[in-house]
Amino acid sequence: MAFIELDHVSHIYHAGTENEHQALSDVSLSIEEGEFVAILGTNGSGKSTLAKHLNALLLPTRGTCRIAGYDTCEEEDLWKIRQEVSMVFQNPDNQIIAAVVEDDVAFGPENLGMPPETIRENVHRALEAVHMTRFRKFAPHLLSGGQKQRVAIAGALAMQTHCLVLDEPTAMLDPQGREEVMTTVRQLHQERGMTIVHITHFMEEAVDADRIVVMDQGRLVVQGKPREIFAQADRMKDLGLDVPLAAELASQLRKKGVPLPQSILTDEELVAALTQ
Amino acid sequence: MSIALEHIEYLYMPKTPFERQALSDVSAIIDEGSFTAIAGHTGSGKSTLLQHLNGLLHPTRGRVLVDGVDLQPADKKMRQAVKEARHKVGMVFQYPEQQLFEETVEADVAFGPRNLGCTEQEISQRVQEALQLVHLDYDTYAKRSPFQLSGGQKRRVAIAGVLALRPKYLVLDEPTAGLDPRGREELIRTIRRLHEKQGMTIIFVSHNMDDIARLADHLLVLNQGRLVCDDVPKHAFAQEAMLREAGLRPPHVMKLMQDLCAAGLPLQEETALTMHEAMDEILAAYRRQTSKNRQRKEKGGKP
Repeated sequence: MAFIELDHVSHIYHAGTENEHQALSDVSLSIEEGEFVAILGTNGSGKSTLAKHLNALLLPTRGTCRIAGYDTCEEEDLWKIRQEVSMVFQNPDNQIIAAVVEDDVAFGPENLGMPPETIRENVHRALEAVHMTRFRKFAPHLLSGGQKQRVAIAGALAMQTHCLVLDEPTAMLDPQGREEVMTTVRQLHQERGMTIVHITHFMEEAVDADRIVVMDQGRLVVQGKPREIFAQADRMKDLGLDVPLAAELASQLRKKGVPLPQSILTDEELVAALTQ
Repeated sequence: MSIALEHIEYLYMPKTPFERQALSDVSAIIDEGSFTAIAGHTGSGKSTLLQHLNGLLHPTRGRVLVDGVDLQPADKKMRQAVKEARHKVGMVFQYPEQQLFEETVEADVAFGPRNLGCTEQEISQRVQEALQLVHLDYDTYAKRSPFQLSGGQKRRVAIAGVLALRPKYLVLDEPTAGLDPRGREELIRTIRRLHEKQGMTIIFVSHNMDDIARLADHLLVLNQGRLVCDDVPKHAFAQEAMLREAGLRPPHVMKLMQDLCAAGLPLQEETALTMHEAMDEILAAYRRQTSKNRQRKEKGGKP
């Protein structure tokens, strides 16, 4: 069984009221341990609702959601699920609670009742992994957005989580902060084999994923390797999305009769294809 | 007519242990009719600077003049003039949709003009006009709850709320942050139309150099509270060291064109800033390259 198994999941907000809204319709998705999956979709397509199912912040109205084999509807497994899967949200200021960086990172493991020795060790390692050791005594509000997001990631690592679910973690950051966060995420995936579920509106951030999942109006409409997905520039535009600059240019140039391969995704590939 | 910043300095929490200089000696002129972008990394002073443009903050030293009126005059008799000057500058904050609060779109957009004391007829006219400017159909959206709209639509309602005040200068702090690609494109089109059709002066903060490249005709770059660049975007982007120090990078399109040129594609100009310009130039260069190759082959083929 895959690490994450969504089986025909539907979610309806405010069921039975006049504000009833179906945010997810019959979504089936499995994500293997160690996989890096990017989720794309317009605002309101159900991405965040989907993400919140992955650590039981929301429960399916219909269907089942299993994380590491645990059914999210079983209340006694809730803490095990939340230790397996951690969320990082969009706004860095909404998820930091302590007055000192290392206290903030220690919050999760403390709540899990880990012994103090282990907590210290975990906090130390987590801050090292996100390159924030230097700032361990800092007040979080003095950090930049990118640094705050890395502290939030460290908080998850200190809980010895296996999977990070990142819900637009870079949306509020400047280019430098975005780069810092994405480098950290890629490292955690490559070096530690962490399972990553990354929700984003920046197409460039999805290029490195093992797989892209596209949501539209609560449904999972297409999934595949980045190369396959971004080769369909017109389809992506119809879905209100975009493709990376090189893929877009390649697609436009093909329409004008320049013989370029379908699979172009990065700047280097476009440059090579045009100057061979 | 213009907004003039004269040697502005701003201290947060002066004379306390937390004193911090957010702006140092910033001077610039934002001309009426311009499309001005302000860039810089987090903490560089962009938002502090924006708040000076309509007197939400007053400089610790220096002056801000809107159409010649000092926003913090020594003479109290100037109060009315200052009020009018401040009304000329409409401010759209980051994530403005978080400030929506009314039950209907119409009521939310009407809030500003009602506070100005406009008559009901005037209010209604301004609401219709503002919604039209952000391309939300009045009959479809006026009676709907703003909370049931998409992210991009909510943001346009929030902007309509500012437009209903009929500002001459529209200031937007990262207007497209957090929007999906479609929402981003629609909003950019809306802003561009306000500039082109309504002749509104636009001042916007952005991290996205590609957006700045295709929209702005004037770029201010801040680094650690200092103005390090005041130029047309094309010239600013050529100063790579300055951009890097400011935590920014040139537009992606520009970088790609430089790479193509370095790899030997015979581009006549590598200064394209938008995707369409880049397309045209690459296509032309590609055709030159293929015809040259063909000629070479034909020549080579002769005995």
